[in-house]
Amino acid sequence: MVTPFSGGKAELIEQAQEVQGRSLWVDARRRLFRNKAAMASIVLLGAIALMAILAPLLSAYSFDAQDYNVVSCSPDWWPDSTVICNAGGTHWFGTDYLGRDLFVRVLYGARVSLTVGLVATLVSLLIGVAYGAVAGFLGGRIDEFMMRFVDVLYSLPFIFFVIILMVIFHRSLFLLFIAIGAVEWLTMARIVRGQTLSIKQKEFIEAARAAGVGTFSIIRRHVIPNVVGPVIVYVTLTIPSVILAESFLSFLGLGVQEPLTSWGVLISDGANQLETAPWMLVFPAVFMAITLFCFNFIGDGLRDALDPKDR
Amino acid sequence: MLSYAIRRILGAVPTLFIIVTLTFFMMRLAPGGPFDSARRLPPEIEHNIKAAYNLDKPVYQQYLIYLDDLAHFDLGPSFKNKDFSVSQLIATGLPVSAEIGISAMIIAILLGTGLGTLAALKQNKASDYGVMSLAMAGITIPTFVTAPVLTLIFGVYGLNLFGYEITLPVGGWNGGAFHNIILPVTVLALPQIAIISRLVRGSMIEVLHSNYVRTARAKGLPNHLVVWRHALRAALLPLVSYLGPAVAGVLTGSLVVEQIFGLPGIGRYFVQGALNRDYTLVMGVVIAYATLVIVMNLVADLLYAVLDPRVRFD
Repeated sequence: MVTPFSGGKAELIEQAQEVQGRSLWVDARRRLFRNKAAMASIVLLGAIALMAILAPLLSAYSFDAQDYNVVSCSPDWWPDSTVICNAGGTHWFGTDYLGRDLFVRVLYGARVSLTVGLVATLVSLLIGVAYGAVAGFLGGRIDEFMMRFVDVLYSLPFIFFVIILMVIFHRSLFLLFIAIGAVEWLTMARIVRGQTLSIKQKEFIEAARAAGVGTFSIIRRHVIPNVVGPVIVYVTLTIPSVILAESFLSFLGLGVQEPLTSWGVLISDGANQLETAPWMLVFPAVFMAITLFCFNFIGDGLRDALDPKDR
Repeated sequence: MLSYAIRRILGAVPTLFIIVTLTFFMMRLAPGGPFDSARRLPPEIEHNIKAAYNLDKPVYQQYLIYLDDLAHFDLGPSFKNKDFSVSQLIATGLPVSAEIGISAMIIAILLGTGLGTLAALKQNKASDYGVMSLAMAGITIPTFVTAPVLTLIFGVYGLNLFGYEITLPVGGWNGGAFHNIILPVTVLALPQIAIISRLVRGSMIEVLHSNYVRTARAKGLPNHLVVWRHALRAALLPLVSYLGPAVAGVLTGSLVVEQIFGLPGIGRYFVQGALNRDYTLVMGVVIAYATLVIVMNLVADLLYAVLDPRVRFD
């Protein structure tokens, strides 16, 4: 609502702020809030994350405590169960083949899987944004060379690189972040470069140049903040693919090491015991599938919310 | 177009060179060597073995020797599988991997295109939502979950269908018998079906709203002809550019599938080779895979030109 200018400076500022109130971001947030699938996903994901953080408080069992009295026993509500844990029914998800409580292990798995997802995505974000912005902004030969390098890396099935990396530098959680992050940045770099190429032509960049701002300051202060939209969308879609990649590595025996666990390790264990103890596969698989679903829905929702074409 | 293809093939050489170099030095950086074992060999014997495989030379010399061999299409001997050259191992594994991989790709393309088109034609109706939820499930549920679950259902319990007990073998190759490849191919194809149907649905919806489709409709063409003759060709373009990544995806999936179903393909060699520091075997498999992906990308680009007359190569 813009009323004709009448009087003081303060009022003018107030009006300007009012207009700013419907910026891209506010608009996007409103659209996101209206997206039921995305909102439900955010709530569900929040709940899983909270459970993962509070894992030690939620269960009386330790994630690595073995109890040989209750090896591979099912939750007491499991249909057609042969070995029920105990009358108390405190093992909500049953136990694994070493008598460890599966509920707490699934939550600890969530900790590792979600952390890997977030940190490795952060690594890929940092590399990808820096690389793409520099390539796009500098342009010319440098751009061509840098993107050619990305093309080369693209033509290798990325998981092979991660496997070689994992084999070379002994398995560790830290390396897992770096290894997955280091191969997931390629698409990010392409997206950022594309955005940068179009932003480069805008007047405000020219203005910054005219004002004598240096190249890297322009990239940092003016280019990167303007590519945030597509990048956020891609980040939410990268996290699930990283979680998948980690579980894939764990499945091949190249992920985190016992007694620490991740969803991939749990699923791998469960797959081996499928016939005798199907709950060992079902619970981690369901948790992981729900998480991946949620991230995908949030990503789709964000894309719809941020896409100006759809307005 | 021929000159474009030749140029692209020549362009693949430096790409392969970079991949070979990267993999070579990454493998050599790894602590431990192929002949380290818990029981130490006598030094003379160890020296002789290393000399036989040129491992006593400095790394850059080993690299040059390897490049020289490679230029003569010699991938060298396997360090761990005695008496076998890497080429022999790949030659025995490749037909297996190729058979399940290609079958999975064909099934994925046919089913994915069909389902995607169906969803696009019934946009925002029940069948659209049904196909898309299935596709979402196909993308989020990883291969290593579907494989054991399907094994359990079809292999262990057996499925009683119309009075016929269907039980499929849960592992082994058995000379590529039809029964043995049903489960691995299904598992491998499922995620690709999901991705392709999403892709085709999106592009099909866009194409169905384009002017020339409206023109075709206005001419009075029946719906199936509009879709079959006019819309499908344009709607398949994104699918063609997805072929390269799809091959990469199938290759990755085959690592898991070959392990779970105990198939003698080259995916297993890769993981074993990397763990055993079988340098030449890992290099050979990486080169084979990279070549495959590069070739697939080239085929995709050329197909693109065939399907889309607007694309010109110069």
